[in-house]
Amino acid sequence: MDEQTIFNKMIDILRGYTKDPSLLDKATMDTHILNDLKVNSARLVDVIIKCEDTFGITVEDDEADKIGTVGDAVAIIKSKLG
Amino acid sequence: MKRRVVITGMGIAAPNAHGLADFEEALRKGRSGIRFFPKLKELNFTCQVGGAPQDFENIRKGYFNEDTLMSMNENIGYAAVSAVDAWTDAGFKMRDVHDDTVDWDTGVIVGSGIGGMDTITTILVPMVSQGKVRRMGSRIVEQVMNSGTSASIAGLLALGNQVTSNSSACSTGNEAIVEGMWRIRNGLAKRILAGGSEGQSPFIWAGFEAMRVICKKFNDRPEAASRPMSATACGFVPGSGAGILVLEDLESAVKRGARIYAEVLGGAVNCGGHRMGGSITAPNPEGVKRCIKAAVSDACIVPDDIDSINGHLTATFADPYEVKNWSAALGRGPANFPYINSTKSMVGHCLGAAGAIESVAVVLQLYKGFLHPSINCEDIHPDIAEFGAKVPQKCMDYPELNIIAKAGFGFGDVNSCLIFKRWNNNQRSY
Repeated sequence: MDEQTIFNKMIDILRGYTKDPSLLDKATMDTHILNDLKVNSARLVDVIIKCEDTFGITVEDDEADKIGTVGDAVAIIKSKLG
Repeated sequence: MKRRVVITGMGIAAPNAHGLADFEEALRKGRSGIRFFPKLKELNFTCQVGGAPQDFENIRKGYFNEDTLMSMNENIGYAAVSAVDAWTDAGFKMRDVHDDTVDWDTGVIVGSGIGGMDTITTILVPMVSQGKVRRMGSRIVEQVMNSGTSASIAGLLALGNQVTSNSSACSTGNEAIVEGMWRIRNGLAKRILAGGSEGQSPFIWAGFEAMRVICKKFNDRPEAASRPMSATACGFVPGSGAGILVLEDLESAVKRGARIYAEVLGGAVNCGGHRMGGSITAPNPEGVKRCIKAAVSDACIVPDDIDSINGHLTATFADPYEVKNWSAALGRGPANFPYINSTKSMVGHCLGAAGAIESVAVVLQLYKGFLHPSINCEDIHPDIAEFGAKVPQKCMDYPELNIIAKAGFGFGDVNSCLIFKRWNNNQRSY
């Protein structure tokens, strides 16, 4: 799966967790999930579970802890998919 | 000098209506919201009827975005919709997500009797039992914590005064209004959203089924099943929903030119101590009478001022005892007894939401000058036959209706009583 496809799916996943979905329209790889998209930090757990289901992967806690931006998530998912 | 407390907004999600206009019409017409629940039959309940706000999943979707909806179980969903309705009905606007200000003068006291049982039974227990605890997601605690109802409302409306969820079984809704009244009277808040909510789930209703206290003889006639004060009453019909009232300091309401529905003149709560005939499941009659008298005293009225009673009246063996307790507490025999009706005849017993839903009914009756029929009691119970003339069988126009007393009693031998008074615009002095 190419990076852009993963990015697009990631944005779709995040749509359910931001209080203002319009913020996703301008999202890039550098967009910070908590600071820029205003996702509640508690919901990161849900975002990870959704990623695991969507991409058929397992994300360990220490890997999840390193995710700050959309690009961080895309990179981890890409590496898992190989 | 104590501050006066008025009602400036209301929201309602009842088995027979959503919203005030729909609820008023349902009350006037004596429209039952009790329905047959196939799931209860499938699960071998003897009582297969119940009350739940209808088409509510769709209604909820019209109010909240996906993120908010994912944090809502039945209980919180009913409360949240009713809170938004009450808030806008009181003349306030919903805050934009970009608005970071907090209303420090408004709080929330909204509880439930049982709470997030649907979350516990459909998500928590199955997933933990299957060893999938790490896949449950982040939204379990906020849905099962006792304060989840009030916490959700505070977040939706950006409220910063006291935010808490009380719980006193079937007295919860009334108790919340009494607590809110006290907080405003004491000058600690300008407004309190007060009320109660209860989800619908066979797992909530199962405990009552197991006790054999719910109605099992009217599965083929759901709308006739809830029969308070009837000779053929055979147990209560379980219900669900929410009622929320915006209680407001009179000075604040007048200053902002708010529409005032009614005044909360007074209220009281107590417990019978599980003695003198009371128990965990039955009220001590002395406790009931003391609570009613305390509410009358707190309201600075005399018993003869009461025009009508909205009883707890659930359709169990206890109804005749309740009527006689009212009579004794007020010192008013059958000839001089106020009118008395039961909103549960149309919505069933909505447990923690009951007092709040029924208080909304009370306030609508005062505001619009009518008494709703107490349906399904054409065959009034013989023990209270002499009070039969005081039970409206049809909707009564009653423009001079001035004061209604509302009571609620709950497991734990807990009691609550509220005194509501019609508001006249020329009362706007304080």
